Amino acid sequence: MNIIFYIASALAVFSTIKVVTGKIAIHCLLYLIASLLAIAVVLFILGAPFIAALEVIIYAGAIMVLFVFVMMMLNLGQASEKTESGLLNKKMWIGPSAISLILLGEMIYVLLSQRATPLTLNIITPAAVGQLLFTKYLLVVELAAFLLMAGILGAYHLGEKKKLVYHRFLKKGNDIT
Amino acid sequence: MGSMKEFLWLIVALPFAGSLILVIAGKKLPRLACAFVGVGSVSLSAIVTLLVGISFLRGNPGGTPYVESIWQWMNVDGLSPDIAFHLDAVSLAFIFVVTFVGALIHLYSAQFMWKDEGFARFFIYMNLFVGFMLTLVLADNMLLLYLGWEGVGLCSFLLIGFWYGDPANGYAARKAFIVTRVGDFAMTIGLFVLFINFHTLNIQAILTAAPTTWAVGSGIALTTALLLLGGALGKSAQLPLQTWLPDAMAGPSPVSALIHSATMVTAGVYLIARTHVLFELAPVAQTTVAIIGAITLLVAGLAALNQHDIKRVLAYSTISQIGYMFLALGVGAWSAAIFHFMIHAFFKALLFLGAGVVIWSLDEEHNMFKMGGLWKKLPVTFWTFLIGAASLSALPLITAGFYSKDKILWLSYASDKGSVWLWLAGLAGAFLTALYAFRMVLLTFFGDVKKEPSQRPGLMMTIPLIVLSILSIIGGFIELPGDMGHFTMFSDFIEKTLPATLVNISGHYTELLFQLISGLVAVAGIGTAYVFYYNKAFPAAEPQRNAVQNFFYKGWDFDLLYDTLIVRPVVFLAQMDKNDVIDRFYNGLASLALWFNKLLSATQNGMVRRYAIVLAIGAIITLTIILYL
Amino acid sequence: MNIQLEQGMLLAAVLFLTGLTGLLVRRNIIFMLMSVEVMLNAAGLAFIVAGSAWGKADGQVMFIFILTMAAAEVAVGLALIIQMFAKFKSADTNRANTMNG
Repeated sequence: MNIIFYIASALAVFSTIKVVTGKIAIHCLLYLIASLLAIAVVLFILGAPFIAALEVIIYAGAIMVLFVFVMMMLNLGQASEKTESGLLNKKMWIGPSAISLILLGEMIYVLLSQRATPLTLNIITPAAVGQLLFTKYLLVVELAAFLLMAGILGAYHLGEKKKLVYHRFLKKGNDIT
Repeated sequence: MGSMKEFLWLIVALPFAGSLILVIAGKKLPRLACAFVGVGSVSLSAIVTLLVGISFLRGNPGGTPYVESIWQWMNVDGLSPDIAFHLDAVSLAFIFVVTFVGALIHLYSAQFMWKDEGFARFFIYMNLFVGFMLTLVLADNMLLLYLGWEGVGLCSFLLIGFWYGDPANGYAARKAFIVTRVGDFAMTIGLFVLFINFHTLNIQAILTAAPTTWAVGSGIALTTALLLLGGALGKSAQLPLQTWLPDAMAGPSPVSALIHSATMVTAGVYLIARTHVLFELAPVAQTTVAIIGAITLLVAGLAALNQHDIKRVLAYSTISQIGYMFLALGVGAWSAAIFHFMIHAFFKALLFLGAGVVIWSLDEEHNMFKMGGLWKKLPVTFWTFLIGAASLSALPLITAGFYSKDKILWLSYASDKGSVWLWLAGLAGAFLTALYAFRMVLLTFFGDVKKEPSQRPGLMMTIPLIVLSILSIIGGFIELPGDMGHFTMFSDFIEKTLPATLVNISGHYTELLFQLISGLVAVAGIGTAYVFYYNKAFPAAEPQRNAVQNFFYKGWDFDLLYDTLIVRPVVFLAQMDKNDVIDRFYNGLASLALWFNKLLSATQNGMVRRYAIVLAIGAIITLTIILYL
Repeated sequence: MNIQLEQGMLLAAVLFLTGLTGLLVRRNIIFMLMSVEVMLNAAGLAFIVAGSAWGKADGQVMFIFILTMAAAEVAVGLALIIQMFAKFKSADTNRANTMNG
């Protein structure tokens, strides 16, 4: 089981790096989906089957699909690829990489200074999750519902094409002249 | 009637009240009301002066001064001046001239300035000036005198720069103020010395205590006298502080008539006459006064001969005539100086008002060479101007100027402090005076008409001219010289306060000889002017001047001298000092604030990625702090 | 199966930092949004790992909420990207650096 964990995590890291360094938008999205699927495998191994399923269905299946649809709507095309390669030169990587490496170093330091605790495999059933959701985290569920509603309305409004509003006398067909 | 002299304070208060009323209500009052208030306050003051004078002289043969104290000004560590007015012969003569001539000039300027939009402002300043001048002359202590001194300087500044829209007028006003300020500075130090030595600034107290405290010819008396002389030089525009008066002609003609001929410039004469004891204690200082007077009258006379602007001729003439007064003070002829002051006030004011009429009728034409033939067009102005010029030239026997100037010339030779050189200087000055005076008359009023007058002066302008011209003739008859009846009403009157002149040489025939010589000199001057200037056609608007004449025209280039010696070095030093330590400190503060602004505004540049980077760096810092600190 | 807690956390950390690097480097708004998704996912993974270590379901509940939030955010974010395209005709974030007026 450990081997699968390591292979899956290696895949996830590799795909994420390809996401970050890719030039063509659709390719990056597909790499992202691959990364998400690899994470789902890791989640299975960690004993969270419900969450793994959710990850595949919602994250990779809905959110990423939304991304792909919008990408296709925006129709970036060849020009975008050229721009992206223009923008991503080697020099730009130095600063952010330095920041990330410093943070990584700090996190590794934190993690290593703990005593190693072995993870026992606990498979947590969906029933347990559901139980928690309906009792302890009830309020948060309601709030999540609010959030989704707000998201829908916001997305609808923001996605509207703003029409230019003419005075009715200025609209064609209503000429008084 | 004996209690009439208690209204002494009213003489000073009336012009101040007039000024105050116009300040408060001048904008809302109609023009006629403003003129009424402005002219009326000074006229009322003149009437009160007359009554007070009569009351003072009646039953007061010894001439004891009358002191009226209004209130105590301050009491600080031994210095306790009062607002007090001191009336004696000298101050009576001065307030008579100031209020009377002032009232005539105010009447004249009511019509002269009628079309000007600063009408109310003009009368505010003029009334304020008359009030301050009266304070100066009636002051009981040096501090109040200094108040009046500074006040007339301020009003002179305001009135010279009256038409402030033109920057040249502002420059002339500033020049007047700064040059007189040099003199005032010397006077202030003189006041400090007086206070340290006598612990009081009361004039009579100082004058009685000085001969007992200081020896004749001592250094301290000399220093004090010279410092006070410095102040007098500034105000009276004598060498070396005379450069401001010709430029002060930028003001309206009534201003020149009142301030720069009759009253303010004679404040120096008043100061020296008042503190005569100090000058007698320092003979060197008194001789300096005489020498400065003699030199100034020659310098100014030569300069006046080469001017083309009619008002500048009169300005240099004023400097020259005050030189005569200083000459008289210097040789100890105190009453002669006061006499000449009075007569000079009459004819100089007359000349300035007449010149004002000419300028006013010819639409602001100042150049004499562009005028001509006005004797037919402006007859009243012509005759009064002629009388004024004759009085200025000291035409023998018929003009008042003859009696006053001749007395000075005689005493500059005959007094025990006089000398032949002073007399010769005065005589040469008399020739020059007659010459430039009649040059002015001939160029302006005779010859072909080059410009037609566009407006004739009305009654309000001609009445003062006529009154002053009458006074320029009969004013001299109150003081006839020894060989002509020896009628010494005026000098008796003045000698109640000021000492009599000690005369070395006496004898009626000697005096007659001197009078003949001065009379001949005056007539010779007029004749020379006739030969050169009568009915001569001058081709250019300005005469062609050779190098010497140009030098005189520029007033002996004192402006250039002061510019090179004083102005340029000071400006150079100021430029060098522009960025010194203190400036750097304050500039540094401002730069610091600007730098912070630039720094902080860079954080709001709207670049999203930069915000993200800052977030990440912040996360690192926070994590580090939590982990390690 | 012995996967140490630290290794799971390390995986989550590496993924998170990769996403952060991507966010900082990229200029195209779409790629930035993708990097944000990566970061969110990594944070959720960290929750699951911790919840599994405790043996409770709380971590999974957290992950559900993170998922919800990510969904709403993507919806609104993409709508904003559409507006930005309509206005600036490009996806460069440097173009959107001024406010109105």
